[in-house]
Amino acid sequence: MENSALEKVASQVRRDIVRMVSAVNSGHPGGSLGCADFLSFLYFEQMNFNAETFDMDGIGEDLFFLSNGHISPVWYSVLARAGYFPVAELGTFRKLSSRLQGHPSTDKKLPGIRMASGSLGQGLSVAAGAAQVKKLNGDKGIVYTLHGDGELQEGQIWEAAMYAAANHVDNLIATIDYNGRQIDGDVEDVMSLGNLAQKWIAFGWEVLEMDGHQFEDIRAKMTAAKAMCGKGKPVVIIMKTEMGQGVDYMMGSHKWHGVAPNAEQLTAALAQLEESLGDY
Amino acid sequence: MEFEILGNKDTRSGFGEGLAELGRTNPDVVALCADLTGSLKMDAFQKENPDRFFQAGIAEANMIGLAAGMTIGGKIPYTGTFANFSTGRVYDQIRQSVAYSQKNVKICASHAGLTLGEDGATHQILEDIGMMRMLPNMTVIVPADFNQTKQATIAIAEHQGPVYLRFGRPVMPIFVKPDAKFLIGKADVLAEGTDVTIIACGHLVWKSIEALAILKEKGISAELINMHTIKPLDVQAILTSAAKTGCVVTAEEHMMNGGLGEAVSQVLSREFPCPQEYVAVNDSFGESGTPMELMTKYGIDTQDVVNAAMRAIARKA
Repeated sequence: MENSALEKVASQVRRDIVRMVSAVNSGHPGGSLGCADFLSFLYFEQMNFNAETFDMDGIGEDLFFLSNGHISPVWYSVLARAGYFPVAELGTFRKLSSRLQGHPSTDKKLPGIRMASGSLGQGLSVAAGAAQVKKLNGDKGIVYTLHGDGELQEGQIWEAAMYAAANHVDNLIATIDYNGRQIDGDVEDVMSLGNLAQKWIAFGWEVLEMDGHQFEDIRAKMTAAKAMCGKGKPVVIIMKTEMGQGVDYMMGSHKWHGVAPNAEQLTAALAQLEESLGDY
Repeated sequence: MEFEILGNKDTRSGFGEGLAELGRTNPDVVALCADLTGSLKMDAFQKENPDRFFQAGIAEANMIGLAAGMTIGGKIPYTGTFANFSTGRVYDQIRQSVAYSQKNVKICASHAGLTLGEDGATHQILEDIGMMRMLPNMTVIVPADFNQTKQATIAIAEHQGPVYLRFGRPVMPIFVKPDAKFLIGKADVLAEGTDVTIIACGHLVWKSIEALAILKEKGISAELINMHTIKPLDVQAILTSAAKTGCVVTAEEHMMNGGLGEAVSQVLSREFPCPQEYVAVNDSFGESGTPMELMTKYGIDTQDVVNAAMRAIARKA
């Protein structure tokens, strides 16, 4: 896909995000905006899937698990824009009886979602299990995950990291949204991750670093990650992003992690984001 | 009614045999263990199906997540570790990745309750039935002996959805016929009687069988129900029997809070109020000791079932 086309997708996804959270005065815009470029690339260029025939098993397809489920707005928008369900349904986000729960769930049967997430740290284990079953089934699909950087404070992440390396789960590509922010402040202040790349290397993973807002770099690193698959090691991409990317007043702070813009702030945000594919 | 003792074995070995049989008959079954393969008797499955056995190491949270992920692609994962590490340690993983996500994971838990014995209270979980039966979508099964544990292990592969299967360590008499059919949610009436209904699960079923003989000597006719499925509960079996006898004893190797007795009392209080007595551990941790010493000290032995039956009968109007 042309970079200009990807930029149009990501811009519309960002509009969707701020409109969704503003409409219900709740949700998590900061991390969602920061991952809009990555998830747009993943679903519009990288992954092999068929949105119309979605089923839980995803045989022969690439799979994606969102481990940091609170950035559900970006995932819902990308899923809808990729054809998993009508974009109009984005207007039901966080409302009673919606399939678009505050955090992703399977019980309302929203196409595109295979696992609930929200309680942090569980997605890497799930992805490693799904990846091992793909191998058992002779299925060449790749399993992708996305994690918050603050989420790496959860111990289960490192259990899964140790397991995936020890068991050569080499059809697994994990991405870390390395924006350096979490609810209480900067990750560095709340609980430093130390040398993150060295940690993953020590755990036995292939490590790539990527600019999560430059499609050229995203393409280069995601292509490289895919080429590393099948060679005995799982792959992790440390993706540098800006929380709130695309909305000037949300950038450079942790304060928009879980706060929705009011009507006036929404207008200011939308003025910065092109309506490229049509609002829902 | 006479009970024939068919042998003496531990229920965990019934799980091991059932899992091995599944390995031979159901190619979708996979197994995971957190460094307790020998204790869970999963060796045979591992040996015969090395590609379908996954050693998770001492990392139970990851094991539950792996199992949830393995359902995606059509596998039926069986996880094995001690009951304490199968539930309390990983409650949130089970809650989100298994129960809420409606994944077809079979959580198989050995060394449950006091009869784990000498290792003491850190390992003797008495709250697991309560935790698991509170979870929506979860089926909870506590088989009574070796044969029934083997049968239940095989039966749950055919059930679509999360299951908690609880069994234990001590060698106990076998009394369920080897060819009995295990039906999830359908209680077994082991003895018919008219004075009191005893509803038991797990090791307490055998203790209740022993109690029947003592009660009979006292001229008391007790009905005994093996309530191997705690959830979904066989409500009809409870009501039919209680209507006949007019009082109930529940017996379990579990905390009184949250266990079988509480599940039964929910049914009785709504549908057929009558005296109920509890044989269960009363808001206490366990301690080191032999399994049988502990059952006596903590009030879940044969004589405790007898005493509870006498109390229940005395309370009848």
